[in-house]
Amino acid sequence: MANGVSDVGADAPAGGFVQLLTPDGERIDSVTTADGVTYSVDFTDDEYRGLYRDLVTVRRLDAEATALQRQGELGIWASLLGQEAAQVGSGRALRPQDMAFPTYREHGVLYTRSIDPIMPFGLFRGVDQGGWDANEHRFNGYTIVIGSQTLHATGYAMGVTMDGKTGTPDGEAVIAYFGDGATSQGEVNEAFVWAGVFHAPMVFFCQNNQYAISEPLERQTRIPLYRRAAGFGFPGVRIDGNDVLASFAVTRAALDHARNGQGPTLIEAYTYRMGAHTSSDDPTRYRIASEVESWKVKDPISRFKAFLAKQQIGDDGFFAEVDESAKVLALDLRERVLAMPDPAPVSMFDHAYPNGSPEVDAQRRQFTDYHASFEGTDHR
Amino acid sequence: MSEIITLGKALNHGLRRTLEQNAKVIIMGEDVGKLGGVFRITDGLQKDFGDDRVIDTPLAEAGIIGTAVGLAIRGYRPVCEIQFDGFVYPAYNQIVAQVAKMFYRSKGHVRLPIVIRIPFGGGIGAVEHHSESPEAYFAHTPGLKVVTCSNPADAYSMIQQAVNSDDPIVFFEPKRRYWEKGEVDLAADLAGAYPLHASRIARAGTDATLLAYGPMVRTALDAAAAAAEDGRNLEVIDLRSLSPVDYDTIYASVRRTGRAIVVHEAPGNIGLGAELAARISEQCFYYLQAPVLRVTGYDIPYPAARVEEEYLPDLDRVLDAVDRSFGW
Repeated sequence: MANGVSDVGADAPAGGFVQLLTPDGERIDSVTTADGVTYSVDFTDDEYRGLYRDLVTVRRLDAEATALQRQGELGIWASLLGQEAAQVGSGRALRPQDMAFPTYREHGVLYTRSIDPIMPFGLFRGVDQGGWDANEHRFNGYTIVIGSQTLHATGYAMGVTMDGKTGTPDGEAVIAYFGDGATSQGEVNEAFVWAGVFHAPMVFFCQNNQYAISEPLERQTRIPLYRRAAGFGFPGVRIDGNDVLASFAVTRAALDHARNGQGPTLIEAYTYRMGAHTSSDDPTRYRIASEVESWKVKDPISRFKAFLAKQQIGDDGFFAEVDESAKVLALDLRERVLAMPDPAPVSMFDHAYPNGSPEVDAQRRQFTDYHASFEGTDHR
Repeated sequence: MSEIITLGKALNHGLRRTLEQNAKVIIMGEDVGKLGGVFRITDGLQKDFGDDRVIDTPLAEAGIIGTAVGLAIRGYRPVCEIQFDGFVYPAYNQIVAQVAKMFYRSKGHVRLPIVIRIPFGGGIGAVEHHSESPEAYFAHTPGLKVVTCSNPADAYSMIQQAVNSDDPIVFFEPKRRYWEKGEVDLAADLAGAYPLHASRIARAGTDATLLAYGPMVRTALDAAAAAAEDGRNLEVIDLRSLSPVDYDTIYASVRRTGRAIVVHEAPGNIGLGAELAARISEQCFYYLQAPVLRVTGYDIPYPAARVEEEYLPDLDRVLDAVDRSFGW
């Protein structure tokens, strides 16, 4: 793996990034970084069409979730709008045996793991706190405290090494997602230290979407984030986070690097949060419209669509069919979200401890008795 | 094969046994390897079990606990050492926000069988941050269980029970009692051991109940021996488990004696003693001859070593409280 990146891409930030598809939809066959590492992809037309379907679908599902929130059906929603390429590319780079540690915005990665997209909606609707089996789905629970999951991922990756599951092409690798704001957290920096020292088989995938709620990148760092890796003793690479091909190629290489026993990599996916931080946020208070407009022309889906059209990999019929399928999935998701029952109140006492607790048991009984005492009255 | 060993050595033997019995058990912390820990609790374990099972970690407590979470998700059973009580706070976020909640958050899918060992309490003449009693922070946190041992025999069995438990457990070790000796049956079958979360009557008595845990059990027993010379027969209960507390044993005792005095090193304000006093008042109201009294550290930062003996509850302060209870 390489430190440093090439200067390709007219729209690249100073220092460049790895880009395999320009905002105009032009393919760049391969990119060789300053350190001599070459990145490319070798997709069939079907695979290209599959990636496009992923991108459109996760955006459509996200839009449906935003609508559900606006209609009062979700308590909150953390939209991935604008970050589809970073998530789909890196998610599709994972192999089945790999383990992902998301924040609360990785709905696109979740989708690429072939997980039912409704899985995190209990959390956002307020009927549970997530409630899924991390190991079954190879996808850890959404972590809301910023950066904490990077340490969990690092520990998990240490366990992979201890289990002897690295050092071969079919070894296991771990990916930790986090954002630009998280890079200021002590825990994330501790994760970098640990991963470096223990040579953990993992990829730190930072979606730099330029804002931590309202605070711009300049409030988190004086140097490009990918360069932080050098100080911890492992490679850092910046990619065009709106380029699904670069996201796939670099993540796949970094994961293979890890699974082969060559240690961690930091990937900085340079992207933009097109929407609000969450549905509770008002980005017009801290960023100007022209900035948002300047990122619209770098949209991850429109560039990919332009590429497919130019290469005659996708035609209007295909694009319409993808839109329609995504819509069907979104409407199905909507129906199922609306049908999510509220949990029975007494279930709040479940799963406090694996071995239970006499205190919790006593309070559950008191709670049940208290409510039973109102039977036959108007009390609810 | 009972042996007379120190509390610290009993912990060492207990940890060794868990490492022998379960390949998923790992020990991690600062200086736990070659050095054997600053108190030598893990002495010799890295040599015998390897540096991938007894892991010297980078010097960052959040990292110790945070990576332990990931290792536990992977199927390991990490036993984390926090070097001193006053150094646990950088890990507080991981402990209360992640370790305590992941089982609940995942609806029971993700278990974190993590033990967090913390030497706690004062009385060793140390500098700041080395003598604190932070147990209430953790006992207050749902999702954690909190225990502490007071003697070598309990140290040996309780550390094994804690490691074998699927609950996340904060295991407080009474550091000033590390060198106290007692008889330990190293061959004892854990199946016959006293339950981890049960309190125990350390001294049977009839006139008042002293409630203590960790380093204060010895103090309470000494006070009870002194009171016996004055003709007062005090019962001493070693709580052992601070969350959950085994209240039934406590209530039965107080209903017999009619008096309760809680002793702990931690500051009194919102401490374990406050909760115990409230519960006893609720459940033993008609049996009480006097209000529940507390003998605790003062509500100040832990003081300099040269005055710590005046800060820590001691035999005389316990007896003074006993006098006040009887004088009510």
